[in-house]
Amino acid sequence: MDGIAATQDDSWTVAGRTFRSRLIVGTGKYKSLEETAEAIAASGAEIVTVAVRRVNLSDPAAPMLQDFVDPKRYTYLPNTAGCHTAKDAVRTLRLAREAGGWNLVKLEVLGPPPHLYPDMQATLEAAEALIKDGFEVMVYCADDPVAAKRLEDMGCVAIMPLGAPIGSGLGLQNPAMIAMLIEQAKVPLLVDAGVGTASDAAIAMELGCTAVLLNSAIAHAGDPIRMARAMGLAVQAGRLAHLAGRMPRRMGADPSSPLTGLIR
Amino acid sequence: MTGTVTLTLNGESRTLAAPLTVSGLLDSLGFDARKVAVERNEEIVPRSLYATTILAQGDALEIVHFIGGG
Repeated sequence: MDGIAATQDDSWTVAGRTFRSRLIVGTGKYKSLEETAEAIAASGAEIVTVAVRRVNLSDPAAPMLQDFVDPKRYTYLPNTAGCHTAKDAVRTLRLAREAGGWNLVKLEVLGPPPHLYPDMQATLEAAEALIKDGFEVMVYCADDPVAAKRLEDMGCVAIMPLGAPIGSGLGLQNPAMIAMLIEQAKVPLLVDAGVGTASDAAIAMELGCTAVLLNSAIAHAGDPIRMARAMGLAVQAGRLAHLAGRMPRRMGADPSSPLTGLIR
Repeated sequence: MTGTVTLTLNGESRTLAAPLTVSGLLDSLGFDARKVAVERNEEIVPRSLYATTILAQGDALEIVHFIGGG
């Protein structure tokens, strides 16, 4: 894509499924289903998160997400957005599995506004019930290494700490802790939530994240389609920079041109 | 046996002609069974049982689908 050096061998695997794109995008908050489809295509993402909600009984003919974002082309990752208890999260994902037939899911159990911070006690409880029920759980969590380890030991297939509150666009607020979580994780580690613009996604990838999950940063950009493309490129750039290994930081200048052979 | 059955559908009370199966309910509402999931009294109804699951008076059903989300 776009003449960027292909990194075709640089795929990643979660729960036995292999992906080339390291960007996962949400499908919410767009102006229309047409814009949703166009932005997702521009991002290059192969996995998309989706929400589970009641159908509108009075409008059975309303256009559906599946008609615009083809579940055969994209891996649907059902979420539990809006769930504030373990019970609701488990019910929601059981419905999602029945609606789509997938057992790979994104679990999030949230505290109240205005922070919507992950409720780790409820998240642990829901993760345990879901894993017991055969789900493969990618889990949204606090940037808490103790809780993250517990979720991983329990059998979660990906650990997804927030970079900043959902929809805040504040970027990675605690990169040091994200780096420690990456160091500790033996399953894919994704930053989920908080990315505001392309550089935030690149920073997450430079730190060594497996992938980045975002929604609002594209959907609420001035031009979502262009931002979707920027995010795809930023994730690739950050990944390449991570693989390349950055130069050491030094407290002072080191001239780039030789000091010998200067004219006198 | 014919008559009516009163159900709670997505939180709304509806009285419908009985006997009624989950398949019959989805057809009468106009939903494509392949694109929704149904929970009856907080238990999933597997799609394979839609045609044979007969709804009872007072059943609470949640009928859901996928929408955009992050």
